[in-house]
Amino acid sequence: MFRTAVRNVFAHKARLLMTLLAVLLGVAFVSGTLVFTDTIGTAYKNQATTSYAGTAVGITSYPDPDGSRSDGNQRDLGVSAATVQHIAALPGVATATGRVDGFAGVADAKGKLIGNGWSNEGANFAPGKDGKDPRYAFVSGTGPTRAGQIAVDQDTARKGGFHVGGTARVATNGPVRTYTVTGVFTTDDGSVSAGGSLVLFDTASAQSLYLAPGHFKDVTVTAKPGASQTTLLNEIAPLLPKNSSAVAQTGQQLADQQSRDIEQQFSSLSTMLLAFAGIALFVGVFLIANTFTMLVAQRSRELALMRALGASRRQITRSVLTEALVVGVAASAGGFVAGVGIAVALRSAMTSFGAKVPGGPLVVAPSTVVVAFAVGVLITVLAAWLPARRAAKIPPVAAMSSADLPAPTKSLVLRNSFGGLLTAVGVALVLIGGAKGGTNGRWTVGGGAAVLLTGVIVLTPLLSQPVIAGVRPLLARVFGVSGNLAARNARRNPRRTAATASALAIGLSLVTGMTVLGLSLGRTIDKTTVDNVSADYMVQMANGMPLDGSVAKEIAKVPGVTDATAMQHADFTLDGHYSAVTAADPAGLTRTVRIDTVTGSRSALSQGKVLVADKVAKEHGWKVGDTVQADYPDGTHAEVTVGGTYGDNLALSDVVMPQSMLAPHVTKPEIQVVLVKTANGASAATSQAITDALGDNPAISVMDQQGIRDKFGGMINDMLSILYGLLGMSLVIAVLGVVNTLAMSVFERRREIGMLRAVGLDRRKVKGMIRLEAVVISLFGAATGIVLGLFVAWATGESISGSLPGYAMVLPWTRIAVFLALAALVGLLAAAWPARRAGRMDILESIKTE
Amino acid sequence: MTTSTPSGTRTGQRAAAVAASATDLSKVYGQGETRVVALDQVSTQFHRGEFTAIMGPSGSGKSTLMHCMAGLDSVSSGSARIGDTELSSLKDKQLTRLRRDKVGFVFQAFNLLPTLTALENITLPMDIAGRKPDKAWLDNVIETVGLSGRLKHRPAQLSGGQQQRVAVARALAAQPEIIFADEPTGNLDSRSGAEVLGFLRNSVRELGQTVVMVTHDAVAASYADRVVFLADGRIVDELRSPTADAVLDLMKRFDAKGRTS
Repeated sequence: MFRTAVRNVFAHKARLLMTLLAVLLGVAFVSGTLVFTDTIGTAYKNQATTSYAGTAVGITSYPDPDGSRSDGNQRDLGVSAATVQHIAALPGVATATGRVDGFAGVADAKGKLIGNGWSNEGANFAPGKDGKDPRYAFVSGTGPTRAGQIAVDQDTARKGGFHVGGTARVATNGPVRTYTVTGVFTTDDGSVSAGGSLVLFDTASAQSLYLAPGHFKDVTVTAKPGASQTTLLNEIAPLLPKNSSAVAQTGQQLADQQSRDIEQQFSSLSTMLLAFAGIALFVGVFLIANTFTMLVAQRSRELALMRALGASRRQITRSVLTEALVVGVAASAGGFVAGVGIAVALRSAMTSFGAKVPGGPLVVAPSTVVVAFAVGVLITVLAAWLPARRAAKIPPVAAMSSADLPAPTKSLVLRNSFGGLLTAVGVALVLIGGAKGGTNGRWTVGGGAAVLLTGVIVLTPLLSQPVIAGVRPLLARVFGVSGNLAARNARRNPRRTAATASALAIGLSLVTGMTVLGLSLGRTIDKTTVDNVSADYMVQMANGMPLDGSVAKEIAKVPGVTDATAMQHADFTLDGHYSAVTAADPAGLTRTVRIDTVTGSRSALSQGKVLVADKVAKEHGWKVGDTVQADYPDGTHAEVTVGGTYGDNLALSDVVMPQSMLAPHVTKPEIQVVLVKTANGASAATSQAITDALGDNPAISVMDQQGIRDKFGGMINDMLSILYGLLGMSLVIAVLGVVNTLAMSVFERRREIGMLRAVGLDRRKVKGMIRLEAVVISLFGAATGIVLGLFVAWATGESISGSLPGYAMVLPWTRIAVFLALAALVGLLAAAWPARRAGRMDILESIKTE
Repeated sequence: MTTSTPSGTRTGQRAAAVAASATDLSKVYGQGETRVVALDQVSTQFHRGEFTAIMGPSGSGKSTLMHCMAGLDSVSSGSARIGDTELSSLKDKQLTRLRRDKVGFVFQAFNLLPTLTALENITLPMDIAGRKPDKAWLDNVIETVGLSGRLKHRPAQLSGGQQQRVAVARALAAQPEIIFADEPTGNLDSRSGAEVLGFLRNSVRELGQTVVMVTHDAVAASYADRVVFLADGRIVDELRSPTADAVLDLMKRFDAKGRTS
């Protein structure tokens, strides 16, 4: 029996190849994901271990030199130089190196920031007794030792054209300064790996820039030979300052923690990749089931003959399953190899996107191999189960009958009832979630969407009937006989049509839903920027850190600028509720932000009262004139009066108060953004003047309203391009599905096609008929997916609209048209080969009766 | 071989009455040791308004002759004509058009598209050609084959005999120059078979059609005006106004000859 099974595999190479391809793709994504994450994870872990290799104990602290955000009055300055010396004096300690770091943006030749804003770091150069810092390997020059000197990493030097002896302009959280470059180095520091930049200062400069003179943020301790990490840790811990956030950990603990962090970072990427794999395998199941159903039908007489010759039902089932097993093993092996390829490609893709991935060997864990084969083989064999059972049910007498046995068509009643139920539950959940709103609501919508999608997929055979019947007259009018026949053929086997269309439906529902949501969000943000902010410019740090207090003052001096309002942030507790507060100068604020008061008035601000977001006021039951107990960030208590409430505004936090009320309670104001209003509106000259006034600081971004929109738009477009990768994937799988279905149809209908050719349908029209059938099926799938996606996007939007005022659904008709066009193209492409086969069919061969 | 005329006179005075003709028609399959001569220089004519049956034992080349005459299969040498059109010179596209416009077919089985109704199947060749069927003629044909009540039915809802009647109606509806029927009663019980054969004969007698039918059934052949006998790729005999017994007699003779020689 095994021999027959293997021979059958080879006898139907082409058909099985497609099945193979579907399973292969799924397995490739599963194994690719696993290999990639293992490889990258191991590389990062190795890097972490190396970077902590010499570290016996590491001390980390989260200093807060200004005391503006901590709950106590105590200023936390990390670890003092004296403490570091105490540690260094311990008997088991070889060295104790203090580190301090923070933001440092480097300007390129054009004055623009090098790197992405989030990973532009500065740190101190901490040479040991030999004058070298083991963390950095100098390519040229030496480390900075005096104020005014810096060293930069090699990539930054290349991008900025810096060389030893030259100068570079560097911005920290304060103003820009010009430094002399003393050296260029390489490092495996994380910020450089992430595509950022790293600037080294001498220790004293770094301390005063980032913390306070004589203080460090982190300390790296190396041990003398023979001293254990734990012993050292026990000795060091008591030396740390009591009122500080400084924590000591052994090198091993630090390396482990970093590994865990890295694993977490990669989990979302691997989830996404596994979702691709899931879709591929889901469609793969249909393809396999379809293929085997057909192979069995094709061989029914052969199988009946074997039954007549004495093969048992079990033997027949087993022979079909063996065939599936062979296919599954081959597909898994191929998929596994392809998966390793995907992993390699992903790694180099990440490098080309600017992220430096640490090198290292490709890690193929034994578990990956097991998972790849288990998934591939199990899915194939499971999908072939029903066809195999059907094969066993062929009666031996079928061998004698001359005509082909008509495939028994099972009723769809059960399927439709089940699908109807799922769909109803899904729709209900989505609607409930949409109405409820909030995070809970969104989860309900998400769950409902999954149920709905499954329900609709189960229902597609039912749906395909009226939908395709509906377009038939149109097809018949435009394409004549070919169109008419194509539509009828597409309706002929609803299960198969549905299975084929579902690949596209799933992909397109996800993509449409996310496109609509993304664009709607983008539009809303776009609109609210214009609606909420009347300022011409928004000035903020490129890395999202607070601005220096001098920024607003400098901008105010620029000719033509009428207002430069510093928007200060503070965290309060009001009547026991945590509240984010925006503090600003009342006059400037009302000129740069459109505050839409619901009750009370804006002018209350200048009378020393606070304004509260209407939503928040309602939640806490505050009314105009109420007094509220306020706990200031520095711990003092006071009563504030509510002077008014305002409609939601993206530029403002929950509570707005005059800057003068907050000022006495913070040492260093946390200014997130400065809003600038000019006499004559935004212009290139004004932006240049503002940039110049800020010392041409590369770390500060000056955005006009278009700039703000672009920033948000860019984020949404990035997200959408990832999704379009998903669309691409579902299109590839859809092509496989359509090819498979059509090849089957062409095979099963060879007599009909022969007859049509005999009565005068020419090759071109036969091909046209097959192509149209493919297009009809693809478009049906796409349309189903798009409608589903729109519905879910609408419901999700409903759940969002509570928290995002002014949200309105945007229907991207052009993109939807593009999706449909792509689906049609998929149909055409997929039909190419089956249509060719149908066109070339020999008439006599196909109509002959055996 | 009494009626096989020399090629010179065939295109002469009787040309108007000839619907299709074969002249020295040969069909060879394969090469070398596997070479099979299916048709060996066959010459014959099918006259307008005549019902011809082609008979012969299996492997005699009767189906091959029909396929070559109908433009379904290519010719190795010699000539096959429908009306004045020489088939051997036509390309696939022209052959397809010729079949569509000038030839009607009735096959043994799988005549109908299961997705189309009976009426749609009947008008299929005209739909393919983009022509409107002649309403009066169509009604006449449907009436003749007795299908008026079943036009909306799908093939699966019709009996085998009804399906073949739809096939005959389809062949007649387009008013082709000639209808080829390949064992049209092969899959039918004798009563349904008799009905279908009756319709084919009526279409010749009453509607003036030309029908060529391949069969191995003597009773079916007896419905024809003329029976041509094939053996080993050659025409070996011919009967006019045959009866089933006469056909059987002739067949027995060939059988005997085949065994003794």
